[in-house]
Order: sequence, then structure tokens, then C-alpha cells
Amino acid sequence: MTVGSVVEKDSRAAFGHLRLDGVTRRFGKATALSGFDLRIEGGEFIALLGPSGCGKSTALNCLAGLLPLSEGAIWLDEERIDTLPPEKRGFGMVFQNYALFPHLSVRKNVAFGLSVRRVGKAETARRVDEALRTVELTEHADKLPGQLSGGQQQRVAIARAIVLRPKLVLMDEPLSNLDAKLRVQMRTEIRRIHQDLGLTTVYVTHDQEEALALADRVVVLRSGKVEQIGTPEEVYTYPVSTYIAGFMGYRNLLELPVLSSGDGKVGLGEKDGLNLTGVSRQPITGARAVAAVRPEDFHIAGSPDSAAGENIVTVRVEVSEFHGREVAAEGVTDDGRVVHFRSPERIAPGERVALTVAPERVLVFGESVQDAAAALDEAAAESIGETTGAKDGG
Amino acid sequence: MAVEAPARPEAPAPRRSGLRHRLAERGVDRVLLLLVPAVLVIGLLFLYPMLYGVGLSLQPKNGGGPFGNYADFFKDSYQRGTVWKTLRLALPAALINVGASVPIAYRLRGRFRGRRVLTALLVLPVTLGTVLVADGLLRYLGPKGWFNRVLLDLHIVDEPVRLIYNYWGVLLSLLITGFPFAFLLVLSYMSGIDPTLERAAATLGAGPWQRMRRVVLPLLAPGLATTFVLAFVLAFSVFPSANLVGEPAGETRVMAIAAYQAAFEKYDYSMASTIAVLMGVFELLVISVTLLLRGRLYTGPASGGKGS
Amino acid sequence: MTAISRPRGLPKRALPKGRLSAWLVWACVGFFLINLGALIFSVIVNSFGTKWFSGWLPQGFTSSWYSDAWDEFALGDVLTVTLEITLIVVALALVIGVPAGYALARRDFPGKRIVMFLLLLPVLLPPITYGIPLATVLYKVHLAGTMTGVVAANLVPALPFVVLVMTPFVEQIDANVESAARMCGARTGQVFMRVLVPLLLPGILAAGILVLVRTVAMFELTFLVADADSQTLIVSLYSAAFTPGIRAAQAIDAMAVIYMALSAVLLVIALMFVNPTQIVAQVREAPAE
Repeated sequence: MTVGSVVEKDSRAAFGHLRLDGVTRRFGKATALSGFDLRIEGGEFIALLGPSGCGKSTALNCLAGLLPLSEGAIWLDEERIDTLPPEKRGFGMVFQNYALFPHLSVRKNVAFGLSVRRVGKAETARRVDEALRTVELTEHADKLPGQLSGGQQQRVAIARAIVLRPKLVLMDEPLSNLDAKLRVQMRTEIRRIHQDLGLTTVYVTHDQEEALALADRVVVLRSGKVEQIGTPEEVYTYPVSTYIAGFMGYRNLLELPVLSSGDGKVGLGEKDGLNLTGVSRQPITGARAVAAVRPEDFHIAGSPDSAAGENIVTVRVEVSEFHGREVAAEGVTDDGRVVHFRSPERIAPGERVALTVAPERVLVFGESVQDAAAALDEAAAESIGETTGAKDGG
Repeated sequence: MAVEAPARPEAPAPRRSGLRHRLAERGVDRVLLLLVPAVLVIGLLFLYPMLYGVGLSLQPKNGGGPFGNYADFFKDSYQRGTVWKTLRLALPAALINVGASVPIAYRLRGRFRGRRVLTALLVLPVTLGTVLVADGLLRYLGPKGWFNRVLLDLHIVDEPVRLIYNYWGVLLSLLITGFPFAFLLVLSYMSGIDPTLERAAATLGAGPWQRMRRVVLPLLAPGLATTFVLAFVLAFSVFPSANLVGEPAGETRVMAIAAYQAAFEKYDYSMASTIAVLMGVFELLVISVTLLLRGRLYTGPASGGKGS
Repeated sequence: MTAISRPRGLPKRALPKGRLSAWLVWACVGFFLINLGALIFSVIVNSFGTKWFSGWLPQGFTSSWYSDAWDEFALGDVLTVTLEITLIVVALALVIGVPAGYALARRDFPGKRIVMFLLLLPVLLPPITYGIPLATVLYKVHLAGTMTGVVAANLVPALPFVVLVMTPFVEQIDANVESAARMCGARTGQVFMRVLVPLLLPGILAAGILVLVRTVAMFELTFLVADADSQTLIVSLYSAAFTPGIRAAQAIDAMAVIYMALSAVLLVIALMFVNPTQIVAQVREAPAE
């Protein structure tokens, strides 16, 4: 749909906007979330993205009212709500482990919120049926949660949250307990329900693929602070730091001395070694910088002897994995740097190949390599199993 | 209002809610009010009487300074002997109960037909209670009881074995009442051990005995220590059976009897409290030693890895 | 490698050895159970016997000892008192103990270890240890010998027991389920009544039944605190058995059988609601600290 930073407001949304104003939460001495500012428009789908411990779940729980704020305020259409208990806020929430009431049938789980509000019988039945139809669980209505599969339990949790027509739906890593195939399927489902019902959704995840696929805007958090807010396209194409770059699939983070800098273009390289030209959105002032390159942006330029031109990297192949359409490979440069890249055809370990990458696909950040390595580790730890990363997004 | 504390720049928020926040961050909030009735009851009915008892024990009826009663207790061999007599009953009883539970629980850990019935049968004596077991022992083990009759008719003995009104009667009653309890605990600890660990050990070449000794027992050991503590607690408070099937004036004059006699026969509440306090001290001593040893054992999860 | 712990030259004969030890264990279990059964049975037989001086069985059978015992020991009253005291203790222990167990399971606060220790002590100490000072205090405030006094004394071990059983039960209920109920708009009372109580019901039942069984069997405390009008069945049984010359042994055994029947009924009820190994598995972390 629309590409750009302006998000259209859904006219069916229950409110104009929600504003988080310097929301801070401390646990004893540790600060889990500090000075979180965000404005959410009615009808928007917001993803809070980051590794575990980055404060995204704390933010969600503060929003829900399950955790009191240490500082800051939350405003709903300029009415302060952070002092209200969770049951008075009128938000819906889907928990990571679903948190279904194990002693109640699917129907009673979904009807719970209506019955504590003393909604009439006929009205309850109508709305529960509608919600169950939305998540396609009508035929399982009388089962207990324990008799359902993980995906079905997930649907019950969603139905329970949406049956109250909440102003805001909060989702805390709802797909992380599902297997890979079901995860993609449910992801589409969640987006469909969001659109069909005109909901406003805040979605917490550590999976960048999920965040990019679902959200209108992505908020990347790191150690309790906002690192970047933007549309999926912005975050994917122009990460503001190596940390986010690592998250967004820039698996190669190469620290090199700065040779030249200016006009958005940066030249990096070592004498008789790796030389790369890349782009940077900020001026590079330090002597060294980090070049971030996605594996899929490297192309095989041919054999090491014949290849010529800009951004040539020669590697010896160490490992190659077959991934269907292509081969994911890991190579080592002459000076011992590990480079991840893709190849359209099978390449044998031990083979030497020359890789090339377009300069506009090399993002340069003026950060230390420790920072870059830490970012890469954090990102890698969270996305184990998703080696293919987010492809062909930008 | 503005008197104390140097002005802090980042504290414009109302102070009361700030304090509440800080308390809540440390886990102190209104939920803790739910704890108040229980703590009050225990404080009033347990802690206060205990402290009162300790105080009472320090005011001897016969004078002799605050520790007069304690000195009297240890000077008088008839009184002092009760400590040994109690330990002589409680320690073997607890050890035998725990020790016997291990192989039986090991055999019962799998699933087979009749497991539930057998478990129920072994646990049954829990409900009998010490008084009933004592009464039953008097009938069954008495000189004319069935037990001696069988031994006599089989010509194993020439005259009835004396198993009541002495040490053995009390020990047996402690075994009967204490075993089901120890067994139940050991069985549940045993079921907590991941059975795949034993299979893993078998694939590595360990025979049944090695599996038991090198895999099951080390994982079971902390549980056994806990069970021993609880079994010992049960046996240490032996009172009715020591009176009924024991020799309450001699061999089985345990501390509980001494305390009871001091209180309700001599009406010396001060001395009674002294003995009660000493009972608690000796018992906690054994428990502490056991728990100290337990602390040196591996006490992590008894499963092989993730899940289960 | 394989020879390390095996004497040289012995063939691997693990199976017969395992079978032998198994037979040994079963033999011991059998011996224990047979003797236990005979013990119980001899009490039952004696309670129905007319005279039993020698021989395998009494000379004749009668049920008159039961009516004798019933009248002589005022068993109707004693049973009523026993039930009243037990039920009051169970109710109080649950009403006070379940919320306390919830608070201990859900909150980590300074001083929690002290509270836990305070609750553990009455379970660990011999009842006589605190029973005698407690009885002294109760005599001082003129509560000894009353029902109130007996209930109070029995509450001391019962209440911590409920707390210790309930705490792990609460811990295994996902706190998110409570949060979910709140997010659905449930107030604190509704969360408690509609979510927590139904989910905790097995634990509450288990704790209640175990307290019931323990209170019926609790001899020492009741014995120290009660008088003739407020004593429970087990205390009457003890008093009768401790003065054997005065009452006929058969009448005492008749009372013992009545006590046994009461216990058996309780056990059956307990087993209907509770799997014994599960209960202990729930409790087992509690005494660890």
C-alpha cells in the first residue's frame, strides 16, 4: 500500500490517538524502560521490536496497566489513563503463553469479559459467536483449552481479546510458541483481523520478520531506550545503527579504517586488504567505521583473478548450505574476516571466489567494532533458526 | 513539608505515590495484607506461647538463677537420660523408615497394574494414628497374641518373645506410623527423576546397580535428606506409644513424657517449659546438621535437559 | 573399560541379580503388610470376642462391646465434638491459609524468609514442644478445656500446613491468567472468585482433607488442652487404653475399631479427591529451605 512515514488513520478506530509521554519503569535499581515517547494513531499497527530484556514487554505491560509506571504518563485523546487499573482501561491483551482460563470452555473463555461486565445473555452469545467465527473456531466452542492445539489456543486468546471491541489490542509475542509454518499463517490472520475490525494494535516481538510484515510502524528498542521508529521500509532500508542493521539482516559487520568521507559517500579500506565504498546518512568523523552488508547483497563476480572493479571481496569458501533457491555460504578473506554471502549455485568448500556489492548497499556506521559485534550477537541470539533473514524487502 | 532532604530535581511527582511505587517495586503492596491474618494467628498462638515458655523456663520454681532449671535437668541423670532415650528411638526409626522406602519406591516407580492399590495399602497406616497402632501392637504382639502364637507353633521360639512394654514396642509403633509418610515422600521424589536418565546411563553401559548408585541415588539424596528430617520430626515427638507400648518409667521415658509429667503431674510449668525448649533445641540441632549436609549435595532439577 | 567395577571372570548376570533383589523387596513389603493386616484384624476380632484367654480365636462372638463402649465412653458426644472441632479447624485454616499462601507465592518482599521460617517452625517442632507452653498460656486465659482452646491449639500446625501446601499450588498457576482476567475487565474480587478459586480448588480440597485427617489424628495438642467435654475421639481412646485395668480390653478395642472406621472413611474420601503422590510432590519443595 502506501509507502512512506505518514500513516493513514482508520476512521473506525475507537480513539484519535494514544500518547506515551516519557514512560519509565524501574525494578529496584535496574531501569527496564526509560523515557519512552510514542504517539499511536487510532487504527495503527505498531510493532515493538528488540531482543529479550530490551524493555518491550515492560512497555506493553505499562500500557496495559499491569505494571505501574515509575515516571511518565499515558494519554488517550488527552485524557490521562496511566492511573487507571487494567480492568478500567478497556484494552484487550493476547499473552505469549495465551493465558487461557484452563477450567473454562472455549466459549466461556471468550465470554469471560462480557460476563464480568454483566452483558445480557443474548448479546453475549451473539458476540461470542461472531468472535469465534472470526477466528474460525466455531466447531471447537465447547472444548477446554487443554484439548486444543497451540494454534487453536492462540486463536481463542485472540477471540477473547477482540470480543470486547477493545480500544487497543496489546499482543505480547503471540506467535513465539508456534512452529514456523503456523507462525506465518497466524501472522497473516492477525493482520487480517486488525484490518477487518479496524483495531489499533501494539505488537511486541523479537522477530524482525514478524515486525516488518505486520506493522505500519516499527519501534526498535534497545536496553530500555528507543533506537529507531519508522515504517518497515525505513527501518529495513536505512537502519540508524549497527545494532538495528544487525537485527535487519545485515549479517556482515566489517570494521575498517576510514579512507575518505563526504557527500554521503564513505571509502573504507586497508592497504593490500579489503576495500569497500559505502553510503552513510550521518557524517563519519572517527578514524574507523563499520560497514554493514546483507549476505544477499553480495554477488559472485567470478574467479579472483578475472574480477575487477569496485567493492571486490575475495574469499575462500568454508561452509555452504543449500537453501532451495540459493546457497548460503560462509567464506574467509585473506586477512581472516568471516563473510556471509549467497550464491545462486552450489559452491564447494575450499573454492576461492570474488564477491562484489553495490556501494549503495554498503551502509557505513561510525561506531566501534565492539558495539557492532555486541549488536550482531544480540540479534543472532534472538533469531536463531531464521538464517535466511528478511529477504527482498527493501 | 519542605524541611527535610536536599531538593531532588527529578521528584515533582506526589511523594506518597512515589513511596508506594518504590515499595511496590520491592514487592510490598496490598496483596501482602492477605498474609496478615496468618501471621497474627501464628504469632499469637505459636510465637507468643513459645517466648512465654522460654521466659517461664528461666524462672525456676526452686530458685537457682535463670538457668537453674537447665542445670537441674542436666544434673539429674533420670532427666538427662531422656535425651538419649528419645534419640535412641527417633534416629533409628527415621533411618529405617527412609532406608526401607528407597528400594520399595524404586520398585514402584514404573507403571504397572496394582501400583495404585499397593501404594494405597502402604500408605494406609498414616490414618491409623499412634494411639490405635499402640493398641493394636498390645493385642498382636502380646504374649498371647497371634504373632507369638505363630512363632510358638512353628517352634521358632520356646516362650513368647517380649516385644511390648519395652523399647521394641515403641520402635515398632514408630516404624508402622512413620513408614507410610516417609515412603510417600520418597516415592514422589523418585517419580520426579526423569526416567530417561536411567536409560541414558544404561546405553552408556551401567548395570542396574550402577544406575541406582550413580544416577538415581545422587539425584534422590537431597530428597532423602528432607524426608529424613520430616521422619525424624515425626519420631522425635513420640509420646502416646511410649506410654502405651513402652516402659514409660524406664527404657522409653522420652523427653515428651518428662515434659508432660513436669507439667501435669508435678505442676512445675517452669520445668516443663525447660524440657519443651530443650526438646526443640535438640531436634533443631539434628535437623540443622542434616540440612547442612544436604546443602553440600546437588539439588538442581532431576531431568535431563529442556522440557519434560 | 567395562571391567572397572566388575570382578574379573564373572559373567554378566544382571538380570537374575535384579530379580533376586526385587523378590527380596517384595518379600519385605509382604511381611510388613501381612503383619499390619494381622495387627488391625486382631483388634477387630477382639472387639467382637466374648472372652479370649488363649487359642487362635475368642471363645465366642458378640457385638455388645460396641454398645457398652458407646454408652460408657459417651462416644456419641465425643464423635460430635470431634467432628465439630475438626471442621472448624479445617474451615479456619483454609480461610486464613489460602490467601496467605497466595501472597507468599506471588510476592517477593523483604522479610519473606522470616515469615516462611515462622510458618515452617510449627510443622517442624514436636507438638509437645509448643503444646506445653501453649497449654500453659491457655490455662492462664481460661481457654483450656474449652472448644475454643482445642480449636486454637489445633490451628497452630494446621494453618502453616495449609499455607505450605497452597504456596506451590498457586505458584504453578500462571500469573498471566490473572492478568488476562484483569484485561478482560474483572475486578480483584472477580479475579479471585471466578479464576483463582476454581483453579485452586484441587489444592484447596487436598489441603482441607489433609488437615481434616491430621486433626482427627492429632493426639498431643488436643490431649494437652482438652478436658472431658472437649476431647476428641483419639484422646478418649488414649485415656481408655492408658487405664487398662478399669475398662474391658474389648470395649477399648471396640472404640479403636470405631476410630479406625472413621479414619478409613476419611481416607477413602481423601483418595477420591487426591492422588497421594501428587500431594507430596506439591509440598516437597516447601520444607527444603
